[in-house]
Amino acid sequence: MPAATPSYALIVKKDCPTCALIEPVIAQLAARFASALSVYVQDDHSFPASFPERIDDTSLAYSYAHNIEIVPTLLRLHADGTEQARIVGWDKKQWQQFTGVADLGQKLVAFKPGCGSKTLDPGMETVLALQFGPQLLKARAVALADAEDIMEACFERGWSDGLPVVPPTPLRVLRMLRATTRTADEIIGRVPPDNVPCSVEKVAINAVLAGCKPEYFPTVLASVTAALQDRFCLHGLLCTTYFSSPVLIVNGPVTRQIGMNGGVNALGQGNRANATIGRALQLLVRNVGGGIPGGIDRATLGNPGKYTYCFAEDESDSDWPSLAMDRGFERDDSVVSLFAGDGLQGVVDQQSRSPESLAKSLALSLRTVAHHKLFAMADAILIISPEHRRVFRQGGWTKANVRDALYSELMIAGTEIVRGAHGIAEGMPEKFRDKILNKFRDDGLHIVSAGGKAGLFSAVIGGWVASGERGSQLVSQKF
Amino acid sequence: MSASTILLDPTSELVAAERQLLPRLSSLAGKTVGLLDISKPRGKEFLDEVEQALLALGAKVKRYAKPTFTRIAPLELNQRISSECDAVIEGLAD
Repeated sequence: MPAATPSYALIVKKDCPTCALIEPVIAQLAARFASALSVYVQDDHSFPASFPERIDDTSLAYSYAHNIEIVPTLLRLHADGTEQARIVGWDKKQWQQFTGVADLGQKLVAFKPGCGSKTLDPGMETVLALQFGPQLLKARAVALADAEDIMEACFERGWSDGLPVVPPTPLRVLRMLRATTRTADEIIGRVPPDNVPCSVEKVAINAVLAGCKPEYFPTVLASVTAALQDRFCLHGLLCTTYFSSPVLIVNGPVTRQIGMNGGVNALGQGNRANATIGRALQLLVRNVGGGIPGGIDRATLGNPGKYTYCFAEDESDSDWPSLAMDRGFERDDSVVSLFAGDGLQGVVDQQSRSPESLAKSLALSLRTVAHHKLFAMADAILIISPEHRRVFRQGGWTKANVRDALYSELMIAGTEIVRGAHGIAEGMPEKFRDKILNKFRDDGLHIVSAGGKAGLFSAVIGGWVASGERGSQLVSQKF
Repeated sequence: MSASTILLDPTSELVAAERQLLPRLSSLAGKTVGLLDISKPRGKEFLDEVEQALLALGAKVKRYAKPTFTRIAPLELNQRISSECDAVIEGLAD
């Protein structure tokens, strides 16, 4: 069948020994195909010296457009320049067959695999996608003046919580977006207080600001989705004069995959994932939602967790259900839970060796949430450390036993807590005098494991005084 | 990078990307206005006139001077003006 003379494009790089090996082949092909052969060089335009018509592809535009993964790649092209077929590396018989040149590379070894294309160098894919790919980024581009310091510029535009942020360059944002299958322009909800539609891209920009690695991004997206659940009442939480702010607890395989900390110093500094995932949510609320301290954020004192408050649960004890399991998820699910909480209150008990004693002890501390005499107002998280958990386990108690004991210990007679009791004006209204009340509403006390292996300390995160259906409830989001 | 740096806006884009002026005062009554003499000749006479006009509007006036017009104001002076005044007028003219 007569066919039009095929044309060929060969993509090489000087740094590739296989490309160097086939230099004589290029001369043979040039002699056979003349101008129907184009040679694109990825790295050093002086190569191949024997073929002066070589084309400089150090921009990698051609290589990227043709999705080159290996050099050398030889493309056979249709008349319109689109690809008909390709071969990669050096395989003498294959090349002879592909080109129809029977004595091609006769003196060369029969086979030598190629090298990786420069388009696949680490980080290069996003660099090229930004330059030559479809335009995914829709956020407004802010051009800095030449005299501006890039770090200071972010502070001056009001994008920071007071600490330095990572400047959100288009490349960093694109790399963040690569970590999710969701599209950049998908709207994931409206962020209070301004109730502005928030795209996945805006979440990515704020995750960059916060210092997240792209691998954290699915957790950040899940935390934002959780925060926007109606049950969480983010709007009210932002405006309150109370201390509270979102506390993030992450469960499941993702915590190991991205290296979150649920052990030593779990609620402290030093772990990038813990620190930046929590911060990303806070920065999103600030930047997209407009929740600015002193503006809509009316906190009397606030709490240091408003920079970031995020940790993993210690799930090393396979018999002890996690928070996510308490919420109906499986141990293999990755789940982020959000709680409207305050700072941390430590509980010391170095003497209890029986579950009964320790439960009474923890209950006493839990009674102080918000106020010793205010009941069913603020929820709480009890964080049980490994050593305290061991006391329960050695006494034969399950997590359910702990929960039941705390419930019993936290039933208090109204006479103890009504206004005026014990000479203190604060307390529950007089109508509760003849009632027995529990410190926490139903579903108001959550138990989480975290902490280092040494220390007979646990901790309480007190909740917002508008906990429950009239305010905020713990929310969980699987991802 | 030779071109100017581009960052992507993390905000809701409800306000212009350019940095905004601080809110202007709606009235000078009872407000403290700083007059900053950059220390060029005759600046004092000019600012004396401005001071009289401001006092007539019910403002309080505080006077400051840069050590020399050739250099930017010292940090301490900037901090003093911003903590003591509601507004500042800088006398730039010769």
